[in-house]
Amino acid sequence: MKIVVCVKQVPDTWAEKKLDASKTLDRVSVDNILNEMDEFALEEALQMIAAHSGTVTVLSMGPDSATEAIRKALSMGADGAIHIVDDALKGSCAAVTSLVLAKALERIGDYDLVISGSEASDARTSVVPAMLAERLGIPQVTFVNKVEVDPAAKTLKANRITDDGYQVVEASLPAMISAVEKMNEPRYPSFKGIMAAKKKPVETLSIADLGLEADAVGLSGSWTKVNDSADRPPRSAGTIVEDEGNGGAALVDFLASKKFV
Amino acid sequence: MSFSLSEDHEAFRKVVRDFAEKALQPNIERWEREVGGLPTEAVNGMAELGLFGLTASEEYGGAGADLTTLCVAIEEIGRVDQSLGITLEAAVGLGINPIATYGTDEQKAQWLPDLVAGRALAGFGLTEPEAGSDAGGTRTKAVLQTNASGEAQWVVDGAKAFITNSGHELTSVVTVTARTGTNENGTPELSAIMVPTGTPGFVAEPAYRKLGWHLSDTHPLSYDGARVPEANLLGARGRGFAQFLNTLDDGRIAIAALAVGLSQACLDHSVSYALERKAFGQPIGKKQGLAFQIADLQVAVEASRLLTYKAAWLKDTGASVKQVKQAASIAKLYATEAAVSATRTATQVYGGYGFMEEYPIARFYRDAKVLEIGEGTSEVQRILISRGLGLPVE
Repeated sequence: MKIVVCVKQVPDTWAEKKLDASKTLDRVSVDNILNEMDEFALEEALQMIAAHSGTVTVLSMGPDSATEAIRKALSMGADGAIHIVDDALKGSCAAVTSLVLAKALERIGDYDLVISGSEASDARTSVVPAMLAERLGIPQVTFVNKVEVDPAAKTLKANRITDDGYQVVEASLPAMISAVEKMNEPRYPSFKGIMAAKKKPVETLSIADLGLEADAVGLSGSWTKVNDSADRPPRSAGTIVEDEGNGGAALVDFLASKKFV
Repeated sequence: MSFSLSEDHEAFRKVVRDFAEKALQPNIERWEREVGGLPTEAVNGMAELGLFGLTASEEYGGAGADLTTLCVAIEEIGRVDQSLGITLEAAVGLGINPIATYGTDEQKAQWLPDLVAGRALAGFGLTEPEAGSDAGGTRTKAVLQTNASGEAQWVVDGAKAFITNSGHELTSVVTVTARTGTNENGTPELSAIMVPTGTPGFVAEPAYRKLGWHLSDTHPLSYDGARVPEANLLGARGRGFAQFLNTLDDGRIAIAALAVGLSQACLDHSVSYALERKAFGQPIGKKQGLAFQIADLQVAVEASRLLTYKAAWLKDTGASVKQVKQAASIAKLYATEAAVSATRTATQVYGGYGFMEEYPIARFYRDAKVLEIGEGTSEVQRILISRGLGLPVE
């Protein structure tokens, strides 16, 4: 099987996220990590090739610093990586990101499966996997927490998490799936893996290599634009209810007003 | 000249820290309460990460990494829990290293794959109830006898004390130093003999109740006519003690790394608590009385770390044995004494809460003291350092 795992470098989950002057996320002044949801995607891919043999290629679009996240993915066991890095890409929206990734996947060709995390912890749009599948013209199976592939029959069977439960769906390969957390338990890279990662091939591509013009990507090519932003309002003091025998009812009213019950 | 670790070491540090914080830290308190010994679950986790095989050769499934790498791992595990740090240190330094260094190909093939993979643990029995720093006073003896089927066997009799990883469900073998005769100059001939778990006559007595290191596996061992094949001699006959001393230098550096982890933990906790805890309407970190203590703590952490990694670097870059020995003793002495002091400072910063088991500080306080004792006491280190300077100290 030839599996491509799309990964993204994101600011550390606990870091305070800020926008820079171009109203895009400041990725320079924070610690960056491999998007945690993508680790589930990668783990799933690694388990699949352990069971069915094949290769896992990591595909990432991001600035130079994203090599760190790529190296982590390689040290976990991916065989090689493609890094799309180009100054023109800064500020690309989800639609443009899916365009760039689709071009890269067309270049890779003959893949059986594309897996990504179901969202990146920075922008959290969750739409890139669906857009990417649409652009590639392959089945999209999003929000998957369990999947079985049959490489011989070129099919997969997956559980899709929905608001109400889960759907069991089947798709033909090649297909795109997006992984939710708890799908598996991502491995930690071993020291051997870290050393081996240094020798694995990482191909760097510019948008020109993908046949794209600068104005088709980045802020200028994006379908969406951040016009304005405001800091999150400081936490307000909350409401104190004196329990005069009606504490329980007040609590339920509160939860109901927030649609928790 | 560079004072930073390589990119690979740093990348590995991040992985081990991540693992220690996510897979170990949340369980420590429960393990102390419910398991009260070495949790196999913790060993399995460290094994999956390949920690037990870091320095072993790839032939036996190891990563062939240097001592610096092992120190990074021990420091990061030790930053979260000292018991698990010493478990790793002893498993590698005392369990695997002597076999890897002095074992025959057969011995290595038999024992190393499981030890390196962390599927099994090995111990090393040197200390006796009445022979600690004075290891030459070993009383355990081994006599070569021929059994009824004509096979030569070592018959081991005696007792060992404070032996780490010696009685766990994963323990596969304990190498033991024993008198195998008398040298020409009248001193005892000491040899190292591997006694597998389950050998009749070899008993790991119930685990010690210890002040600290509650999650490490430590037992008294007794040998009552325990018979093992002659081929279980590890290394040359009569070289048991010398061999052990040679493997001990690495162990001292590793213990220093364990101490660095503890001091770093004390520093990290102290800084965050001093920012968050308020007294008289202000964070206690605003009080010089505490802030200055924490400042001194960082000085101690930095000094300990530099000494430790310099010693590891000397070893890894092939410095002379004399240089490594001196640096190892200096690092072990300084870093462990600094760690004991660091736990005292952290407890003071935490005030009453520092005395409560709900906070990790109390555990750190209990765990620290033994660092000044195990693998060569502070006094032994001072003797070695003095001798290294050419002083004729006794």
